[in-house]
Amino acid sequence: MLRTRKLLRESGVLGLNERNAEFIMRMNPRRLYPRVDDKELTKKLAIEAGMPVPELYGVISNQGGVRRFSDIVADRDSFVVKPARGSGGDGIVVIVGRSKRKKDSYRLASGLLVSGAEIEHHLSNIVGGQYSLSGNPDSALIEYCVHFDPLFADVSYQGVPDIRVIVYRGYPVMSMVRLPTRTSEGKANLHQGAVGAGIDLSTGRTLKGVLGNDVVDEHPDTGALIPGLYIPRWDFILQSSARSSEVTGLGYVGVDMVIDKDLGPLILEMNARPGLNIQIANACGLSHRLKRIDEIFDAAADPSTRAKVARQEFAAERQGTLALDESD
Amino acid sequence: MTTRYVLVLAGILTLVGLAMFIYKWQVLGLPLDPAQETPTWTVETTISFDSGPGSINVNLQIPTLTPGFATLDEYSVSRNYAFGLNYVGADREAQWTVRRADGAQTLYYRIIVYEDPASDQSDMTPPLPIPPVITEPFKTAVDMVVADVDEHSADEGSFTSVLLRLFNNPSPNPNVELLLAEAESRADFVQTITTVLASAGIPARIVRGISLQERQRQVEPVPWLEIHDGDRWRYFDPSTGDEGLPDRFLVWWRGSEPLVRVEGGSNLEVRFAVQRNYVDSLDIAEHRAELKQSRLLDFSLFSLPIETQSVYSVLLMIPIGALIMVLMRNVIGIDAFGTFMPVLIALAFRETELVWGVILFSVLVSLGLSIRFLLERLRLLLVPRLSAVLIVVVLLMLIISIVSHQLGMDTGLSVALFPMVIIAMTIERMSVVWEERGAGDAMRAGAGSMLVAIVAYLAMGMNWLEHIIITFPELLLIVLAAVLLLGRYTGYRLSELTRFKAVIGR
Repeated sequence: MLRTRKLLRESGVLGLNERNAEFIMRMNPRRLYPRVDDKELTKKLAIEAGMPVPELYGVISNQGGVRRFSDIVADRDSFVVKPARGSGGDGIVVIVGRSKRKKDSYRLASGLLVSGAEIEHHLSNIVGGQYSLSGNPDSALIEYCVHFDPLFADVSYQGVPDIRVIVYRGYPVMSMVRLPTRTSEGKANLHQGAVGAGIDLSTGRTLKGVLGNDVVDEHPDTGALIPGLYIPRWDFILQSSARSSEVTGLGYVGVDMVIDKDLGPLILEMNARPGLNIQIANACGLSHRLKRIDEIFDAAADPSTRAKVARQEFAAERQGTLALDESD
Repeated sequence: MTTRYVLVLAGILTLVGLAMFIYKWQVLGLPLDPAQETPTWTVETTISFDSGPGSINVNLQIPTLTPGFATLDEYSVSRNYAFGLNYVGADREAQWTVRRADGAQTLYYRIIVYEDPASDQSDMTPPLPIPPVITEPFKTAVDMVVADVDEHSADEGSFTSVLLRLFNNPSPNPNVELLLAEAESRADFVQTITTVLASAGIPARIVRGISLQERQRQVEPVPWLEIHDGDRWRYFDPSTGDEGLPDRFLVWWRGSEPLVRVEGGSNLEVRFAVQRNYVDSLDIAEHRAELKQSRLLDFSLFSLPIETQSVYSVLLMIPIGALIMVLMRNVIGIDAFGTFMPVLIALAFRETELVWGVILFSVLVSLGLSIRFLLERLRLLLVPRLSAVLIVVVLLMLIISIVSHQLGMDTGLSVALFPMVIIAMTIERMSVVWEERGAGDAMRAGAGSMLVAIVAYLAMGMNWLEHIIITFPELLLIVLAAVLLLGRYTGYRLSELTRFKAVIGR
């Protein structure tokens, strides 16, 4: 046990306690939390900063507003319902289309049909605060449903794969793509069985995947190869992520993005307490990279410079924890 | 920087807690063991006499300075008599008076003492006035004895020892024989010794005390010798000349005064009886604190009304549960619902006993969960749904109690002690996790909560720990310090060793 502990230390694996005490509490002032905890506010700030986000169709902020649901989505076939202050992807419902026969029936990503009344009940739950971080009344966002890039079609099962970038003091330090599986029920959450694959920061190319604690090369449902995919517009993704520190004021933040086939990378949300599974997906600890940023931190650097520095510093090869064996 | 503040603060808290603990434990003698009892002795003096025609006045010498013992309580039982305590110099007298009485009279004086090695109060009274007037032929005899003993001794102490040995010699010299001619009792013997010592310029007096045994009906006061060496009073065994007091010897009175003086009565008889009892060590400690004028125990839990005390005996264990919670969460890394839910469940287990508690809790939560899933279909708004779950939980508790009572299992009745609001919230949280993350996660967190609750229950249920925390609440400062330190613990959680194994595994 002590040996494992020592090995983890050496690999620079960041633990929850250390993340909370040394990074979140130190770098993320509590008063700035609403900027990322409230997705409506995040969206507003991102738009002001010129960052691309999924279009917001409407906000339902009280019980009375639930009735407006059918008007909001009247001429939309696909959309996403999510709680403004949800956590960990809870309470998100993705509607990909409508039933041909019944206008009031919506098709979930899984193919199941749900009635408008069921969605309205879900909206009530969101507004009532069932999914909010604090249990307080919340509001529900109805927004554009991302049509994800065909690049990922082979490596995801229903749902939308998303890209998570950890940004420390404005510098991207680690990244991964989360691929939904049958077990995760279309959700891009590693905890629920989605596949996580690290991304080489310097090239934007995916590394080996991780399912639970196992290393996988192939997507468990589609069988497609996971490593070696090049994420499109990688530089843009890194620059947008880097800009998050100016937008949120947070020093340690996880930026979640999706790639729309028409609109390109869009910022879904930001997280003041990003999870640590990204270390497993990258087979690399965060600590060394965070320390490196502390060494080279330059307050004057602009987001594109910071993104460039990150690409130079954190190439997967240079970390010495090569997940992708070049010989095969 | 912050870490240093936390270290300093935790250090201060620990020091304060430990200092108070050690003071109360070592100085005031608060017991570490809940069952610890201290022996006490009740000495009863019975004074019987026949009343005369006029008013009656009875004076009894009672203990004042009692080396090795402290007084817990004293009182008199005497119908119709006015009772008072008189201070005569450094001594005390109990006094009973009555205008008239008929027939045989009995008065009681009781004193309850406990052993207290610290109670070595020495007599501050000045040495007795000397020298005594002695008539011939005794004067010559005394002078010769003094001269003889003086030759063989160095100071007051050795003089006394040598003198006593000389007087106890089975074949005494003529001078000693002359001096002891009229000594009929041990008391007379000691009295004679004091006279000889006085002639030698050594203040001395007779001391009488009672040897405390387990249980005695008729106890005779034992005479002992006390001399002043110019510095302090010292005790000598009159029959051997050795210095010191016998074990468990309660000094009753000093000097040649009679034990009891009765005016207006006759046929006086005085008896001593001794009885050993055991008293909770806590009472003794409280009494000792009072004697030491320590205010510490005035602010202790024991000064509160009994009902409040029993409330606090539960409340004071909550910090222990919280500490367990912190350990399980931040050091081991177990998933559980709610921050303090497991601690509250553990509190409920105290009443239901562990096995029944676990069974009842599981039954309650699983029934509640199934009903919660039914309610889900009704599409209720959040707050009404929560309230519905709460009401269902209350009804379920009632049904469980009634059914188990009918079946003759009264343990089921204690289900009423579960914190129902907490259970309702747990059910709600569990059902949300169940829907969002799947049954596996819900079960894992549920089992985690149960595990934490069981560990917290076991820790909070340790009798000696409970006793120690209640007796020494300042130890909670140390618990606080531990929690503060854990708050700055940035090492890996035990569960993370497995979780991140994949990172080093490749």
